[in-house]
Amino acid sequence: MHERKLGEVVLRVEGISLSFGAMRVLNNISFDVRQGEIRSIIGPNGAGKSSMLNVINGVYHPQQGTITYRGVTRDQMKVHHAAAQGIARTFQNIALFKGMSTLDNIMTGRNLKIKSNMLQQAIYWGKAQKEEIEHRKKVEEIIDFLEIQAIRKTPVGKLPYGMQKRVELGRALAAEPELLLLDEPMAGMNVEEKEDMCRFVLDINDEFGTTIVLIEHDMGVVMDLSDRVVVLDYGLQLADGPPDEVRANQAVIDAYLGVSN
Amino acid sequence: MRIEKEVIYIFLATLFLMVAIPWSVGQLSKDIFFEWPFFFEVAIGGLLAGVMYSLVALGFVLIFKASGVFNFAQGAMVLFSALTLVGLNERGLPMWLAIIVTLAVMLLLAIVIERVVLRSLVNQEHIILFMATIGITYFLDGFGQTLWGSEVKILDLGIPNSPGLYFDGRILINDFDLVAALIAGILVISLALFFQYTRIGRALRAVADDHQAALSVGIPLKHIWVIVWAVAGIVALVAGIMWGSKLGVQFSLALIALKALPVLILGGFTSVPGAIVGGLIIGAGEKLAEVFVAPLIGGGIEDWFAYMLALAFLVFRPQGLFGEKIIERV
Amino acid sequence: MLYREAGEFKSTYRADQAILTIRQDRWFMWALLVVAFLVIPLVSSEYWLGTIMLPFLILALAALGLNVLTGYAGQLSLGTGGFMATGAFAAYKLATAFPELHILVVILMSGGITAGVGLLFGIPSLRIKGFYLAVATLASQFFLIWMFNKFGWFTNYSSSGVISAPPMSLFGDNFVTGPYATPEAKYLFTLTLVVLFALMTKNLVRSNIGREWMAVRDMDIAAEIIGIKMLPTKLKAFGYSSFLCGIAGALWAFVYTGSVEPLAFDVNRSFQILFMIIIGGLGSIMGAFLGAAFIVLLPIFLSNAPHWFGLNIAVDMISHIEFMVFGALIIFFLIVEPHGLARLWQLLKEKLRLWPFPY
Repeated sequence: MHERKLGEVVLRVEGISLSFGAMRVLNNISFDVRQGEIRSIIGPNGAGKSSMLNVINGVYHPQQGTITYRGVTRDQMKVHHAAAQGIARTFQNIALFKGMSTLDNIMTGRNLKIKSNMLQQAIYWGKAQKEEIEHRKKVEEIIDFLEIQAIRKTPVGKLPYGMQKRVELGRALAAEPELLLLDEPMAGMNVEEKEDMCRFVLDINDEFGTTIVLIEHDMGVVMDLSDRVVVLDYGLQLADGPPDEVRANQAVIDAYLGVSN
Repeated sequence: MRIEKEVIYIFLATLFLMVAIPWSVGQLSKDIFFEWPFFFEVAIGGLLAGVMYSLVALGFVLIFKASGVFNFAQGAMVLFSALTLVGLNERGLPMWLAIIVTLAVMLLLAIVIERVVLRSLVNQEHIILFMATIGITYFLDGFGQTLWGSEVKILDLGIPNSPGLYFDGRILINDFDLVAALIAGILVISLALFFQYTRIGRALRAVADDHQAALSVGIPLKHIWVIVWAVAGIVALVAGIMWGSKLGVQFSLALIALKALPVLILGGFTSVPGAIVGGLIIGAGEKLAEVFVAPLIGGGIEDWFAYMLALAFLVFRPQGLFGEKIIERV
Repeated sequence: MLYREAGEFKSTYRADQAILTIRQDRWFMWALLVVAFLVIPLVSSEYWLGTIMLPFLILALAALGLNVLTGYAGQLSLGTGGFMATGAFAAYKLATAFPELHILVVILMSGGITAGVGLLFGIPSLRIKGFYLAVATLASQFFLIWMFNKFGWFTNYSSSGVISAPPMSLFGDNFVTGPYATPEAKYLFTLTLVVLFALMTKNLVRSNIGREWMAVRDMDIAAEIIGIKMLPTKLKAFGYSSFLCGIAGALWAFVYTGSVEPLAFDVNRSFQILFMIIIGGLGSIMGAFLGAAFIVLLPIFLSNAPHWFGLNIAVDMISHIEFMVFGALIIFFLIVEPHGLARLWQLLKEKLRLWPFPY
């Protein structure tokens, strides 16, 4: 366990409730995320974890509650606000651009930083080309960091699952996010790949100082990496606190072991 | 079937506009003749024509529902079946026998299409399959005319084709349109029963809902495809007979597909009731616009009006009136 | 052994981001350009230049336009003909209202006007997707053609509805439209424009906007989450695509046929262009050209083939058989290679790179 001092609160969700028709997905969820921490959301399947991320970056709009990000309080996030303000994410089911190469996928992650206009890009001379090369340098740094040099020009549709997960992480990193939402980055991986991914998550947090919200099923990983953990179960918030505390929580143990009442 | 509130509101708004616009144009412009019996005559004529559109759209829906293929060749199948029927009849086969033989031909066509085209393109993207059906369209158009010639042929089934007076002689309706609407109605009801109560029908619905799941409980996809294409072929034959008796059997029958497309997007690609309601709205809307609005902008709007009407609906319901709403998940 | 990148090292990202990174590819492209600009005008007959090369180039340009929209940005459109017609009529109105305008200005402006119309019809694409959108684009196709037919203003109130393009010159006596224009001049003029626009399109699709288009095509929701705005991105695709289609329409009417008639741009034209990009290859610049060549040459081949075999078939019979063969070939091609001729070309190159070894 690493001892660290947590920074200011960057994100606070309060009283979030979300439903689709008659189905309640999230029920009065409140927690905060502090600068520089690794914050995990855990819970059984269908607990509403991915929906919570979708609320944070504006894909779903909750019926109740507020989201405070960097001092601004909103009833709901909008997708482009989230992106423009440095929230990036990866997905549970990989959402890469299948027809494009690794390089292009990660370059696309930098779209908000590109300033040249369409005409300059059409002529591909001067500013547009200079910019393209600059961003390529940044992207190559990410490629080196994630150790995916060899698949730079491979269409991502042809890559194995573990590699696709890495490319997706690369695309999120390309935006140089302040808050990174990772939705089960290690699902379906073998031990080796998991270890790699853990290392990347820690390095991103350490080296770039990126705040991370992580959804993960592997308890070992969660307990090792996280500073604090939120536990959800069927849309309800069961517990919130440091890993050791959460591990000892009776409600959490019941939910995971399925104690009958 | 649960009908959403939104659909009912849109439907009521449409109904209101269909009455209000002709009425107010009639009040405002002296070039437009507006009287209630005349309005109803136009509206009923439009609804009956709409049933004929529905008939063609129905073939699209069947195939799209069961296989996800946007079958552009439905129009070509209408032409091909009508050409075959008339061609056989002209060569001396009595009408009843010609109809049976044509049905057999349509079944054969379904088998060939499944064997040659669908089986080779299974799991390809939708646009590729769509293009393949355009290929089938060209092939069938050419093949039908190579076999049976391209001159206009008359198809006479003895359906009366004269205007009749109804409602105390105040409203004029073409008897043929009435008969056609009746036949189309019977076809739609029998298809609904077929889907609801037969084993094959249930299998078809299962496939429509989820290909993988249907396969996993042992429903063979290729048989299902042959069946839907054959049923779509029968629907095409009925449409071909009705349209052919009305307009004569000729190449322009293939273009009826273009009339059915707006019906399809208005009603929703996946909905049989959608094809019916869509057809009625398009039919009535088009006739009313043609009579009460078009003269003000120079006429000839039948080429595009149905499309614009459907487009207007799509802005409110991007999946069509009865289409399945697509919820995107990440 | 002749074609491979081994031994070619790139030391800058600039070199690695070039359009053609393999030396042999660059040689091939230069050779192709030399043939197109020098050899073909010298050796081709008037018939070849005027009735085969010209429509090929112009339709390739339209296919390029549609490929941007459908192949790169993933928005299926059946309205190409309508946009070509818009370009043709815009050029006609501009050339007759302001006779002093230079031909290049007329053509570029008509492209710009078409882009505007394309933007307008692109707005529903924000909500409507897939086949629904494809059918909705037919609305623009039918509406535009109806409009040009219906209102005399577009044809300067000509009684026949068909009007001829005024003769215009590039400079001095170098006419590129009208009766004084030589096929060579028309060909070279069109070729230059088409090559320039192809290069421009290539630049766009390898830049940020191109990546945004492909991202929207491959997974729109993920694209939105990483900050790509749907409406501007889709509208840019609609705008640029119709810009190219408009220019193709203007060239068709002014340089190729010399007359402006709506019939040349009906829904069959839209389908023809769609065929080109699917046969050629969706999302490929090369594919637009390969597809256009195939679709232009195939009917010529089909209508001449019976003569070569000494068969004598009635004209309408030939046209029916042409339909059949055309349809069958489309299906055949889709089955053999659904990703088009460009993909076949790529596979061939990959094989060649390894040759003579199997792997």
